[in-house]
Amino acid sequence: MSTEGADAGDAGDAEDGFIELDGVEKVFDVRRRARGGAGAGAGGEARGGARRGIGRLRREKHQVRAVDGISFRVPRGEMVGYIGPNGAGKSTTIKMLTGILTPSGGRLSVAGIDPSRERTRLARHIGVVFGQRTTLWWDLPLIDSYRLMHRMYRIPDARFRANLERCVELLDLAELLDVPVRQLSLGQRMRGDIAAALLHDPAILYLDEPTIGLDVISKAKVRDFLRNLNAERGTTVLLTTHDLTDIEQLCKRVMVIDHGRLLYDGGLAGLHEIGRSERTLVVDLEQELPPIELPGARPVRTEGPRQWLAFPATESAAPLVARIAADYPLVDLSVREPDIETVIAKMYVDRSAV
Amino acid sequence: MRLYIAVAAGGFRRYATYRVATFAGVFTNTVFGYIMAYTYMALWDQRPRLGGYDLPEALTYVWLGQALLATCAMMGGGFESELIERIRTGDVAVDLYRPADLQLWWLAVDLGRAAFHLLGRGIVPMVLGSFVFELALPADPLTWLAFLVAVTLGVVVSFAIRFLVALSAFWLMDGAGAAQMALLAGLFFSGMLLPLPVFPGALGEVAAVLPWSSLLQIPADVLLGKHTGWDLAAAYAFQAGWAVALLAAGRVLQSVATRRVVVQGG
Ligand SMILES: Nc1ncnc2c1ncn2[C@@H]1O[C@H](COP(=O)(O)OP(=O)(O)OP(=O)(O)O)[C@@H](O)[C@H]1O
Ligand SMILES: [Mg+2]
Repeated sequence: MSTEGADAGDAGDAEDGFIELDGVEKVFDVRRRARGGAGAGAGGEARGGARRGIGRLRREKHQVRAVDGISFRVPRGEMVGYIGPNGAGKSTTIKMLTGILTPSGGRLSVAGIDPSRERTRLARHIGVVFGQRTTLWWDLPLIDSYRLMHRMYRIPDARFRANLERCVELLDLAELLDVPVRQLSLGQRMRGDIAAALLHDPAILYLDEPTIGLDVISKAKVRDFLRNLNAERGTTVLLTTHDLTDIEQLCKRVMVIDHGRLLYDGGLAGLHEIGRSERTLVVDLEQELPPIELPGARPVRTEGPRQWLAFPATESAAPLVARIAADYPLVDLSVREPDIETVIAKMYVDRSAV
Repeated sequence: MRLYIAVAAGGFRRYATYRVATFAGVFTNTVFGYIMAYTYMALWDQRPRLGGYDLPEALTYVWLGQALLATCAMMGGGFESELIERIRTGDVAVDLYRPADLQLWWLAVDLGRAAFHLLGRGIVPMVLGSFVFELALPADPLTWLAFLVAVTLGVVVSFAIRFLVALSAFWLMDGAGAAQMALLAGLFFSGMLLPLPVFPGALGEVAAVLPWSSLLQIPADVLLGKHTGWDLAAAYAFQAGWAVALLAAGRVLQSVATRRVVVQGG
């Protein structure tokens, strides 16, 4: 039994990367019934019994490379966005970083700890929020879940009280503490979950889609809180999301993965450049007019008095807005960020074209 | 340890919030108590001292069964449906990264629940039954204490069985099916329908050594004063033996399941 590679000596380089991944892979075995060749279906059923029997017994072992050789380092105190389309491997990566999934290959270390081997020890250093799942106790008031965290992580009393007070204030939880979790709205529950992940002062916080399903105001609250947490406490944050605005407002650095591979690791501006992505200006005019023609903008769609104009995401919207306001009977206007899927889809196409 | 006490307290409080359910439960237990009491009276009228019990003892047995039905979760209704659901949805992965033991956690939840059910759903039907029927309740507080110990052990055995059933959801598509089978077995082999000594021959003998007899048969016999001295110690040892064996089996299954989640992702 020697599946593990290097044993000793990996605590030494924990300094330069707080979170370190080195060629990490995760392969899932998926069993599914094999399809009976080309003529499967109703026609196939009518054929010889022996053949059908074999077809029924044979199960194809099929492998999904959810994470396919990812390497990166995150220094202490950084806030990093981890994005990619559905099924890219983001949640799988986070699960490996918490130790609830063992990698199939490669090495990883978090705060100098091998997550899958010392899951419980690591738990004291990390906080995790899975947007789609809750760690809160469903039938009991929010405060009861926090009391459990107090015991579970053996948080000193004074420390617990101070952290709880801080979270309650910044996440606006005072009114909610006595409400059973099942009665909380999605946004309230998410804030409750974020607080629960932070009561034991973790040095690292993983957030898997913390803004999923939240309205604009709740998203803003969550973002403000995270920004403040990172700035004041120096908490290292790894964040996955499908909302590019989260990344824009919070992270200097963004990593993009697709099909389990790291496609991009750098600043957000660079991502837009590579993706040649465009933002969209939605313009409401007083009346129906022919498509607006301006340099640096491309008319995309017209629907009655409403028009959509695309412009490069790396450019500022201001000059364009000024021109439109000056030349057209403008009623209302808004800017839409490119959605992450489009940016990545373009990146992916570009890459395979090279 | 303080964690699990807090968890148990949470389990207690949580069931205490279901007031309507508690009331409905007490009502059902009482109605069924009356139905079964009259059935037993008809039966004992034909066969006095059936299974070695006289009529007051048999009636006490009926009302104890109603009082312990929820406490020992003889028909399920504890943590297991929740754990099965967490396994089915994959939420159980979240439970794994926390520095708490899955089995101890749920055991604490279930003990808290059982404590609430004993107080909230056990006492009232018992009292209502004793108004109408002549019961053979002991006067000696020590017998009551001995009974409480047997009930506690019964709850642990019941938990251990349901924990195994719940973990089967890791392998079976439909954990509810397994839970239903366990429910039927529990209903029959705990002695809920009739005291186990009533069953003749091999069936009765087998039922007496299965773990479910810890849930009702043994606590009831302890309260009726059928186990004293070394016999009482032997009864406890029987319950504790099953508790340890089943909890250990649960541990093994839990570590296999955990490995599966951790390697295969559930
Ligand atoms: N337990 C599992 N067994 C088999 N395949 C899995 C398992 N978990 C994930 N996968 C597969 O691995 C791939 C990556 O999944 P993952 O959940 O990491 O994606 P993601 O980037 O988080 O996507 P999303 O944005 O939809 O949350 C997918 O193809 C998924 O079907
Ligand atoms: Mg995901």
